Amino acid sequence: MTFIAKKLAAGAATVLASSLIIFLALSRAPGDPVALILGPHATNAERAAMSARLGLTDPVLVRYWHWLTDALHGDFGNSLLYRQPVSGLLGPRLMTTLILVGLSALIAVATGVALGIFGGVTPRARPLVSAVTGVGTALPGFVVSSALISIFAVNLAWFPTFGAGHGFFDQLWHLTLPAIALAMSSAAYVAQMTAAAVNDEAGREHVATATGRGLPRSVVLRRHVLRNAAIPVLTVSGLTAASLVAGSVVVESAFGIDGLGSLLVKSVASKDYPVVNAASLVIVIVFVAVMTVLDISQTALDPRLRERA
Amino acid sequence: MNLLDIEHLRVDLRSRERRGAPRTVIHDVSLTIAPGEAVGVVGESGSGKSMTVKAVMRLLPRRATVGGTLEFRGTSIPAMPGRDLARFRSQLVSMIYQDPRAHINPLRTIGDFLIEGVVASGQMNRAEALEAACTLLRDVGVNDPQRRLSQYPHQLSGGLLQRMMIVMALLPSPELVLADEPTTALDVTVQSEVMAILTEQIRERSVGLLFITHDLDLAAAVTDSLAVMHAGTVVERGPSADIYAAPRHPYTAALLASRPSPTSVARPVSIPGRPVSAFEAGEGCAFASRCPYAIGQCRTERPEPRTAGTRTVACHRSDELEAVLAEGVRA
Ligand SMILES: Nc1ncnc2c1ncn2[C@@H]1O[C@H](COP(=O)(O)OP(=O)(O)OP(=O)(O)O)[C@@H](O)[C@H]1O
Ligand SMILES: [Mg+2]
Repeated sequence: MTFIAKKLAAGAATVLASSLIIFLALSRAPGDPVALILGPHATNAERAAMSARLGLTDPVLVRYWHWLTDALHGDFGNSLLYRQPVSGLLGPRLMTTLILVGLSALIAVATGVALGIFGGVTPRARPLVSAVTGVGTALPGFVVSSALISIFAVNLAWFPTFGAGHGFFDQLWHLTLPAIALAMSSAAYVAQMTAAAVNDEAGREHVATATGRGLPRSVVLRRHVLRNAAIPVLTVSGLTAASLVAGSVVVESAFGIDGLGSLLVKSVASKDYPVVNAASLVIVIVFVAVMTVLDISQTALDPRLRERA
Repeated sequence: MNLLDIEHLRVDLRSRERRGAPRTVIHDVSLTIAPGEAVGVVGESGSGKSMTVKAVMRLLPRRATVGGTLEFRGTSIPAMPGRDLARFRSQLVSMIYQDPRAHINPLRTIGDFLIEGVVASGQMNRAEALEAACTLLRDVGVNDPQRRLSQYPHQLSGGLLQRMMIVMALLPSPELVLADEPTTALDVTVQSEVMAILTEQIRERSVGLLFITHDLDLAAAVTDSLAVMHAGTVVERGPSADIYAAPRHPYTAALLASRPSPTSVARPVSIPGRPVSAFEAGEGCAFASRCPYAIGQCRTERPEPRTAGTRTVACHRSDELEAVLAEGVRA
């Protein structure tokens, strides 16, 4: 229990530190928010007034403190480009991206682990599995996206070609193809790592002990091979899920999905720093959340880690 | 009827490469274990001791081919169908491995490890098994068995873990225990203690024992008979006391001469040359290149094991050398 509390505290500390680093980095970034708001024809007096109103004249740490206290109340300031609260922009897009990444992680881990176990326990199927996973890893995401769109969205018309939909189930339907495109190479990677882990664990001496005691093959497999392989597989799955957050940017633009990734890209291009700041932080939070869950479940699976905790 | 009969066992390993030649790892191993008898197998590293017990347990790698006969109470082990093999492994024979740390699943509790076999085979239910395990743990000198059952392997010392292995092996009340260098991986200070526990439990229950070791002194002390292995072949076999007092094979004599003496600080004379594996042995006697008594015949013709009285020896010159070799031990 105290262990979980410790992990959560560590996660919160990471997020806090990241928020400071992001804030400092963006305060040094090129681009002038005052010019962005007032346009090129403003007078110097108008600029000075706006600067003061935005609090830009304060030292950076003071500005960070103001930003942080507001952020803790859910107020991330206003977008310079859209002229509306950042939280309002972020909320629905975060939801879209979370569904996309969650669905994609589910597909990647489920198919990857299933394929990996199959390849790991049936030596004869191993060449087939490594061929399939080899192709899966090698295909770039945008190629997969285009192929999926042309087959399932255009020719068969089973799925929409564009957009993220409205309402949870409509969103799921809209995001299925993008999630598959996003999951493809991760699934292949998870499959390869799972097959390797299962193969490694099956060769351990304690597995020979279990077999030598006359335990049925299925029991040996379940309790001594798969149980032990679960730890590396979990690690790979967690890291993969976290990397999908970054990968979602490409897929969102290929499928014209208005998610967190595309918002971030757009805001960086237009130097809309309040949005960049908040969106980066949200991505950090999602990442840290995944890693914390991973850490806690690893400890639950491995008694040797529990000791040290 | 004998518990275990091994006759002219031969094991070849097919090469991993498709075209590679198979490697002989066991050439000719014959030995028997009567009910309740303790048999020692000694020999240098690589002589095929572990392979022999793996063959008995049918734990050889898939690319191994087995020749000769392996019988448990008259039933062929290689021919056992799955159901009989499961019963054989779970109830009739148990194996104690060299390195308990590697041979026990680190993620499961000691309790799970101990009772898993007897519960899976249906010999006992969980509660009975836990109770039997506690009793056995006390027998082998573990205080506080309840607490140990809920611990994990990494929380136990090597010596304690090996006692757990002994308890695991004895729990199904097997007729035969195979112990492959059960104390080699342990700290020197606990080796004799663990060995004493093992032999005491085995004797008390009159279980058959196949005891593998490098240590000829130890083997002679705890076993009834001995098989001396060299390069995949049993070169000499007979009652332990006889072999210890008067070896008939030059290799046995060399092993006896090369062991460190507890009473003398002089360096033992090691056997000249390097241990040979079975697949490296040419046409003649595999020991010929290292044997001080080798003659021409030894290099061209492999000696067949011949039995005289209680001893079986595979050496062309064993009769003529009898006096010389016995003298060497006394010196
Ligand atoms: N998996 C394997 N593949 C190929 N050869 C092997 C394998 N395992 C063992 N061998 C070979 O088989 C021979 C016998 O090995 P074995 O392990 O039975 O020796 P050992 O007498 O138990 O030695 P030690 O005292 O070191 O345990 C050795 O020459 C070894 O090189
Ligand atoms: Mg060995």
